[in-house]
Amino acid sequence: MSMDVVVQGHRNFGLPDWAVPGERPLFIEVESLTKRFDEVTAVDGASFQVRRGELFGFLGPNGAGKTTTINMLTGLAWPDSGQIRIGGLDCTKNPKAAQHLVGVVPDESNLYPELSGFENLCFCGALYGMRKDERRSRARQLLDTFGLRDAAERKFAGYSRGMKRRLTIAAGIIHDPPLLFLDEPTTGIDVASARHIRQLIADLHRAGTTIFLTTHYIEEAERLCERIAFIVKGRIVRVDSVANLLQPVRDRHVMDISVTGSEGDSCSRLAAAFPGLHFQSLSEGRIRVESPEPIGVGPLVCFMEEHGQDVKEARLVQPSLEDVFVRITGLEALAMAREKERKAGGS
Amino acid sequence: MRRWIAFWNIMHKDLLTHYIKPPNISWGILFPLAWTAMFLFKSGRGMESVPALLPGLMAISVLFGTTSLLAVTVTFEKRSRSFERLLLAPIPLELLMLAKTGGAILFGTVNAFVPVFFALFFTDLSGIRWAPLLPAVIGIAMVSTFLGLFVAVAVSEAFEAQTFSNFFRFPMIFLCGLFFPVATLPIFLQPVSYVLPLTYGVDILHGAINGLNVMPLGFDFSVIGLYCAVLFYFSLKGIKRKWIL
Repeated sequence: MSMDVVVQGHRNFGLPDWAVPGERPLFIEVESLTKRFDEVTAVDGASFQVRRGELFGFLGPNGAGKTTTINMLTGLAWPDSGQIRIGGLDCTKNPKAAQHLVGVVPDESNLYPELSGFENLCFCGALYGMRKDERRSRARQLLDTFGLRDAAERKFAGYSRGMKRRLTIAAGIIHDPPLLFLDEPTTGIDVASARHIRQLIADLHRAGTTIFLTTHYIEEAERLCERIAFIVKGRIVRVDSVANLLQPVRDRHVMDISVTGSEGDSCSRLAAAFPGLHFQSLSEGRIRVESPEPIGVGPLVCFMEEHGQDVKEARLVQPSLEDVFVRITGLEALAMAREKERKAGGS
Repeated sequence: MRRWIAFWNIMHKDLLTHYIKPPNISWGILFPLAWTAMFLFKSGRGMESVPALLPGLMAISVLFGTTSLLAVTVTFEKRSRSFERLLLAPIPLELLMLAKTGGAILFGTVNAFVPVFFALFFTDLSGIRWAPLLPAVIGIAMVSTFLGLFVAVAVSEAFEAQTFSNFFRFPMIFLCGLFFPVATLPIFLQPVSYVLPLTYGVDILHGAINGLNVMPLGFDFSVIGLYCAVLFYFSLKGIKRKWIL
């Protein structure tokens, strides 16, 4: 895939240019954004900023307020209070003000089932005022880039899930927007398609597109994003660079131990015997050990075998953003994994 | 200019994918034909009664063509979330909805001339005053389409759209002077007739075809215009309230 094909050297859209990356101007400014649905506060005083050209991750569990936030930023929902500025334009009262700057890839592939892939792209280009020859040539380019050339004349309804996702992303960038909202772009598709899409996102970012990415796949955000906001129950609980978020867990050593039978009260016995280590039961015969110092596996195995438990496996774990997420949000990793599976299966 | 590219393409897509389809075209031909035959037999006056039936047949063709198709297609697009694509486009909501309804208005207008085309074979239509007839047909198409839009905004399922549309449409067939003059209706029903916009459109058609309008044409056109504005305004308000959450 060629980045040159995906991004046509952005149309300027009247945005000021910037010279030094460190001086990148703010592109999205959100201040105290709140949205309620009857008694439920879906987004509760959210504030964050995204700089131009940044790949910004927006992470949270289901129902945390991710899609509602995107809907407010793109003009599909009215905020109850707060302020939104995109590209310097006030979109709080007039959500149409910045829609020409924005491409949106929703969490569902919502193109027109009765149109072919080519027709869908051309129609989406027309919605942004692209002339006929311009949108036809761009559509052909994108179909090539996304590996959909052979399916160009097939109806969208007949596409596979991965193909639908790719075409939906192509439709989101048909007008070469400087800002792209990607809502769960890789959820529910096969590994190859997901990899293809992640590569595309990285290419778009390198070419200067500002990307606002929401995803359940925390490792995806860790790999792609510069900064990340965690949202839980409508509240932004942390916004920071990936490096800063990972720093506390990078300095820790983690080991997962699998034992035969139930881990039972092993944790309390181990904690008494090894006061420098922190033990946590992960259920299903798994124990997590954490320490600021390197962990010696030999004494642990001996101790457990002396107490009648066979150690099946002990392996060092590289702490990830998921650990940070779990730590910050207080969510159980297991619950998140189940949620991922459910989302992948259901979409 | 860019807005008009979007406007034209929305309308063009709807015409191609929703309206100019064999089932709809056959509906547009068969339905007026069936009504014509029914009233010809009922009147017992043969071809003489064609000019008298024509206003009602034209109105009914427009009414059914526009309301059902628009309400169903918009509801379907809303449900499949493809309507969100239109809401995300950088064009004003008013222009977007005019584009969305434009295809139905055009379809309804063309539909109205199907009975006229068939009537040409059976009767002399040289007395028709086309100057008021054409804007009247467009007016009826607009007011029916906006009624369809109003219904689409009010419901969430396609079957609800059909049911809700019928709630308006079937009474209109009997109350708006299509086949029976409003004056012949029971006295307690006559005020209801004058609340329904189709009464005024049909009055213009009776005037243009048979010279039998009851109200001044200027008044009829003003009422239709007012209904269009009110229905479109409240539909937009509903969209902003219900579809832009």
